[in-house]
Parts: sequence; C-alpha cells; structure tokens
Amino acid sequence: MNKLSREVAIIGIGQTKFGENWDLSFRELGIQAGIEAIKDSGIESKVIDALYVGNMSAGLFMDQEHVASMVMEEVGLADRQVPATRVEAADASGALALRQGILDIASGHSNVVIVGGSEKVTDVTSDIASEFIMAGADRAWEGLFGASLPSLFALMARKHMHDFGTTREQLAQVAVKNHYNGARNPIAQFQREIDIDTVINANPIADPLGVFDCFPVSDGAAALVLCDMKTALEYCNDPVKIIGTGQGSDTISISNRKDITTIRSTVKAAERAYEMAGIGPSDIDVAEVHDSYTIAEILAIEDLGFFGKGEGGKAVEDGETALTGSIPINTSGGLKARGHPFGATGIAQINELVLQLRSKADGRQVNNVQKVLAQNLGGTGGTSLVHILEVA
Amino acid sequence: MSVARFWRKQDQRYNLMGTECQVCGRKFFPNKSMCPVCHRKSIGKMNKYQFSGNGIVESYTVVHAGMPQYRSQVPYILAYILLEEGDHILGQIVDCDPEDVDIGKKVEMVFRKLGQEGRSGTIYYGYKFRTIL
Ligand SMILES: [Zn+2]
Repeated sequence: MNKLSREVAIIGIGQTKFGENWDLSFRELGIQAGIEAIKDSGIESKVIDALYVGNMSAGLFMDQEHVASMVMEEVGLADRQVPATRVEAADASGALALRQGILDIASGHSNVVIVGGSEKVTDVTSDIASEFIMAGADRAWEGLFGASLPSLFALMARKHMHDFGTTREQLAQVAVKNHYNGARNPIAQFQREIDIDTVINANPIADPLGVFDCFPVSDGAAALVLCDMKTALEYCNDPVKIIGTGQGSDTISISNRKDITTIRSTVKAAERAYEMAGIGPSDIDVAEVHDSYTIAEILAIEDLGFFGKGEGGKAVEDGETALTGSIPINTSGGLKARGHPFGATGIAQINELVLQLRSKADGRQVNNVQKVLAQNLGGTGGTSLVHILEVA
Repeated sequence: MSVARFWRKQDQRYNLMGTECQVCGRKFFPNKSMCPVCHRKSIGKMNKYQFSGNGIVESYTVVHAGMPQYRSQVPYILAYILLEEGDHILGQIVDCDPEDVDIGKKVEMVFRKLGQEGRSGTIYYGYKFRTIL
C-alpha cells in the first residue's frame, strides 16, 4: 500500500540566508530557521510533538555529533523532553528528515512536528570540506583511486554527452539559468547573473566540469512546521498538503551501476511519489531539483519524467526550464546559486516551493502554481527523495 | 585511511580479486558476499575470482582539482571502465596524455602507487590502467 494513513500539511516555513555565514554558529543557524518557521505557522511551542533534524556531517565539520538534542534545546523544548532525531543520508539528509516527519504524523503517532536541516561548513577550510564531501560517495572504492565528488559527476556528464549529444553549452546553461533565478532570491548565496562564457572559461575542476558547474561551499539552515490536516486547518485556511513522498536507494559507488546516464534511485523515488499522488510528471508546475553539478540537473529532469532520456540538455537550451518555460526548474537558484548547506538543502527546496504555492516568490514567481515537486540527492545517488505538494 | 583499513582489502586492490556467483556465473568487483540476482540461492556459493584487468573505457574525466591528498598528481585521468568479465570499475589511466584516451579505448591493469598518507606516511599501492591497442 503506497498511501499515507493520514493527510499531512505544511503550515510554516523558515530559513536563514545561505552562504558564508561566518558570524553564525550551527546552533544560531538552526534556531533562526526554526523560530521563523514557528512564527510563520502561528503555533505555540508547547504543541510540538517531535523534531527531526537533517544533518550530513556535524562530526566532520564541527567535531560535534548528537546535534538533534542540541537543536531541540535551542528551540526551547528541553523542559518537555520532546523527542528529537537526527537523520543522515549525506546531502539528502534534509528531505529524509522531512520524510520521517511525514511518516510520524501519518502514522498517527504525532500531530505537530518540526523538521529542520542545518549545516555549518565554513568552520573548516574549503580543502577539508572538499574531502569531507566525498564521504557521501564511496571512500574505499572511489575516493582512494583519486575520485572526488565532482569527478564522479564529470564521468556521468561525459557519458551523457557521448550517448545523447548533450553539449558543453547546455551544461553551462543550467548554471546561467540558476544564477539568473538566484539573483531574484534574497536568501541566495549568489546574487548576480552570469553568462555562458563565464561558465565555460572558468577554472576546470574535472573535465568537462569547471568551477561554475559545481555547488559552492555554504552554511545555512531551513525548517518546516508539519502537522496533520485537521490541526492544520485550526491555524490556516490554505495549508500546503503533501500528496506524495518517495524514496529510493542505489549503490553508493557509481562503478557498481551499469548505466551512469540515469540515477535509478531518483527514477524509483519519483515513481513512488507520483503513484501516491495519483498524478504524473506533466501535472507538475514547478520543481526544485538537486543540481549539485550542472549535469545533475539534466539527469534529474529526465529521471523525473519531465523530459525523455537524452532530451534534458536540449530542453534547458530551449528555455523550457527557465522561469517562463513549460516547467520552471530551481526557481530559488538551486544548489548552484541559492547555495548547498548539505543537510539544509532538502528543506530549503520545500521552503521555495511553498513560497511558489503561496504566490510569495516575488521576482521569481511563476504564474498559477498548483502542484510542485522537490528532488534531493545523497552523494551521486545512493539516496534520492521526491516530494510532491499542492495547496489543499 | 588507517593501515588496517587499507590492508583488509589488499588482495582486491593488488590483484583485482573479486567473486563469482556459482549459481549464475556473474562476476563481481569488488567482491560481494551475496549475488544481487540470485539472492539467497547464492549464499555460500560466492567464490574468489581473479579478474583479468582488461576492459574498455566507458567514460573518463581529467581531474584538475582533486582531493587534497591527490593534488600533487593533477591533472590525472579517472575512468569508468567496463571490465571484460562484465562488471564496472573506477580507476586512473596512466602513461598517456588525456588526448590519447577516449570512450571505447581498450585498457589493461597496471600496478602502481595510489597515494601516500601524509608527507612520510604509508604508501598505498593498487590498480591503475593504461591504454592498449
Ligand atoms: Zn548469481
């Protein structure tokens, strides 16, 4: 049975600015996003039944584990011993935390749940950060042989270009589009537009990918208030309803996959989410996808069924995924321009989609948004999550 | 990586030792304790299998900004290789220029230094590949 036993709604959203937040600690980032979400929802803290925190690597980045307890204390829930759980699936930790919150409410166990994602990365040097990021892929069978995370996506990119004729310019256009959108999102790390030449002529990282094909190093946090639909209607008239949640896993190493031009975990997660929602890709109006690297967005829009396999690059080039296109992708600026604080990303995607559904996305608002989708990936696709939302 | 953590997989990294499922004949590198196709039927029937080291490049990249411990080696070529026994492997291609590598090129395994722990630390050895005609 692929249904939720109870309807689950989102009634509050909050997030920090993404980027190099030197002045903010992990605790301060988390609390800022959490308080904003609680304020937005109108709930009192005393009704909160549980807390889920998505975090990839507090242990590596800050020598601190057990961060769920820490965040729970900061949000002021320690006196009631509210259960707090940290969830980890590399940079899909945020969406996985969301899924745990949804299932907790759907089961009838909890009514009101805070779901957050937070990552403090800039306390270590970018050198060390780039090594830790590889912990989301296979250290033993990829990392030891010289693979970095961008190099693994570069292998996917080259194969996609070879098999389907995807061009360097099409890859670059993903970054150009996402910077354009980011320049219209006040919380985005990058606030300026770039052109194709900038992307193509940037320092090479792993051929064909350069610096501008890769996500930046970011700190940030995002949070949501979830509750069952009955409770939701006590607080607002137009809650956002979660109509689909899907999760898929695949091998952590790309060398154990037969085809690296598709992310099977995304294909399956999407299938499960669409089935639960009773809709298909053509029903989606706006999507936030995991563009950790430009090729990842092209793979995602194909694997989610928005475009056929091999047609993603052309779709980006033709403007189909731009703000004015047939299916606007990453209106927030995506991981590329909004920033990618690993554990926070999956929740930040939902923040953006709720703004689109509420028609509050200002300079990047898409007209008549009814149904939206988020896709969040862990590493190279060892984990993938898809969520589908609509206005109830 | 600690010495013990490396040493445990030495046979695989030095000799490309994988496993073969005695039920269906599929070969796996790195080794698997259960066949993903035959599942429980394969329990106790996964034998050691020596891979030839021959394969074909299915994708490759020239790494210009690698992880810190590989920085002294950049630029280097990393490839996604289909081994002739049917499984894929990830490895560096050495002894040639990036222009000499392409999708479809044949490669064979060579035994090389992979990296070094710190300045005077343990040196790790294992498989890399080179192109053949
Ligand atoms: Zn078998």
